[in-house]
Amino acid sequence: MNSKSKSKPRLGVFKLASCDGCQLTLLDVEDELLALAGAVQIAYFPEASRAMARGPYDIALVEGSVTTHHDAERIQQIRRASKTLFTIGACATAGGIQALRNWKDSDEFVRAVYATPGFISTLKLSTPISEQVRVDFELRGCPINKRQLIELISATLAGRKPNIPSYSMCVECKRQANVCVMVAHGTPCLGPVTHAGCHALCPAYSRGCYGCYGPMESPNTASLSTHFRILGQTNPELSRAFRGFNAWSPEFRHASEEADRA
Amino acid sequence: MSTTGIKTIRVNTLARVEGEAALLIKFRGNRVTDVKFNVYEPPRLFEALLRGRHCSEAIDITSRICGICPVAYQMSAVHAVECALGMEIDPAVRLLRRLFYCGEWIESHTLHVYMLHAPDFLGYEDCIAMARDHRAIVEKALRLKKIGNRIVTLIGGREIHPISATVGGFHKLFSRNELRELTDDLGWALEASLETVKLVSGFDFPEFEQEYEFVALQHASEYPFNEGRLVSNRGLNIAASQFEDHFIESHVEHSNALHCSLNGRGAYLVGPMARFNLNFDRLPLVAQQAARAAGLAPPVTNPFRSIVVRAVELVFACSEALRIVREYTPAARAHVPAPNRAGTGEALTEAPRGILYHRYSIDSQGLILSAKIVPPTSQNQRRIEDDLRAFAAQLVHRPLAEATWKCEQAVRNYDPCISCATHLLNVKIERH
Repeated sequence: MNSKSKSKPRLGVFKLASCDGCQLTLLDVEDELLALAGAVQIAYFPEASRAMARGPYDIALVEGSVTTHHDAERIQQIRRASKTLFTIGACATAGGIQALRNWKDSDEFVRAVYATPGFISTLKLSTPISEQVRVDFELRGCPINKRQLIELISATLAGRKPNIPSYSMCVECKRQANVCVMVAHGTPCLGPVTHAGCHALCPAYSRGCYGCYGPMESPNTASLSTHFRILGQTNPELSRAFRGFNAWSPEFRHASEEADRA
Repeated sequence: MSTTGIKTIRVNTLARVEGEAALLIKFRGNRVTDVKFNVYEPPRLFEALLRGRHCSEAIDITSRICGICPVAYQMSAVHAVECALGMEIDPAVRLLRRLFYCGEWIESHTLHVYMLHAPDFLGYEDCIAMARDHRAIVEKALRLKKIGNRIVTLIGGREIHPISATVGGFHKLFSRNELRELTDDLGWALEASLETVKLVSGFDFPEFEQEYEFVALQHASEYPFNEGRLVSNRGLNIAASQFEDHFIESHVEHSNALHCSLNGRGAYLVGPMARFNLNFDRLPLVAQQAARAAGLAPPVTNPFRSIVVRAVELVFACSEALRIVREYTPAARAHVPAPNRAGTGEALTEAPRGILYHRYSIDSQGLILSAKIVPPTSQNQRRIEDDLRAFAAQLVHRPLAEATWKCEQAVRNYDPCISCATHLLNVKIERH
């Protein structure tokens, strides 16, 4: 976007299988957008600009999961061209909602849904970027939090570690003095095992957390599963609760498969 | 320049659209021989993964089809599920859902008008470059966009994939005062949208009048969001439940999105131009006057003028949001409980880019047996290619770079959302 400023760090924004929401977050930082465009050279961001410069990039933001051979090759090229590579959002970090296909027999899946053979190809699994290449930081969320995105970029430009906590959503919820929906109303809530980042949005709207930010560091999913059962949740309901936008993350995958076996 | 003119226009990565698409136009002499609007966005197979999920989850899951218009997905999903369960909703909930949609229209239309489309008319690669010469305009656009996002965030908790919509209403009960806090911002936004109409109506538009079948919802008295019959300027007049009797999806080799056509008639157009042409008299006076002052009256048949129509819809959305904020009285409770019963329900709502169809069949446990989703961009694909075929023919003797840019602009007339269009398609599985 900015051809005059060769000395500025070069930013690239790349999309694989995803909804566009996480990269849209860059355009949703309305108050900081012009300042950001002054601090970095937005070298590659097709959603926003016709000007698409080749690498190398100082910072690559990657949205989306790998679901095609083409994207599996492309992520290798992006990695080679990028000094630092950050994944943005649940698709890039955990395979996204499209990873629900990972539990299905793909041939049956296709036959059941589509009447005629197709012209395009797709991989059997939807996988996170970290299964393909080295990732320097994974920004969680479906979608990501825009303040955390600005923090990640600012910290990188300043050469410091980003201040993005890995504790549970439950901690954020307590800090905001929300009424606990699970204790007070018996509403199943993934807050105790879910990574912080949304500022406990759902409990503030009288709703249980449904895990947009994926597992926190070392979550106790077994204990939460027991509690869900005490609240009257069936095993299929428990399995579905963990099998959302971060279904393919190892911790949630394990918890949902435990519920399937129970 | 060669007298034989352009042989091929090729755009490998189409910019300033949501999602991934490419463009290929081939010429022989002065004739356009091939047009391909190639959607290579990877498939995500939503209809398949919805099977076996609880119907209440359709709202949150289908919102992930598109980060640009998640409210549209949530609205079509919630109405289709409520239809399947035979539920009636409270008038206050209906009003809140209209306000929710106003927020998304303001955000999405402002994004497209200023950040994705205006740079074409003013000759910039992007809105950041545009801001160097027109900083005040871009700053005003960002403020307007932020107000749209503020509405969505107030009702939905966040601007992308909001969390508050649920079967039977919302998770939270909103007070009158909470909504009234939007009044000052909306007053400013209404003025800014009127200025937007003036600004974009002064752009240069290529001479390019086309014949279209326009398809949009039509309500008895309102400009359409969540309710109405599906009508066209060629006599279509059906309920949402009849959609699949009249519209057919087919798969073409060069696209990962299914093409949709009207049975027996072919290509049609959905979105702002269709809504405006079919519902002009349902616009509030302030929007009608702004349109007339800008020289815009139905039928608008030049797709390059869709940017002005979008601006008029911005005026509508701001004015409608103001009306709702003034008239709103909360319901007795946030949402009514959903009954357990089997059924099938359909819904059509007006996403920023045009009609969005959802259908769900649900078993007696509330689990989804089958789902069907038809987004606006897959419906416009054939029309986009038809426009390009006619428009490219005018450009054959222009310099290649200019002709390429103009063709990109012609696609951007539709504000195509590729992420939406590609959620469904035929797939061939390849083994690792």
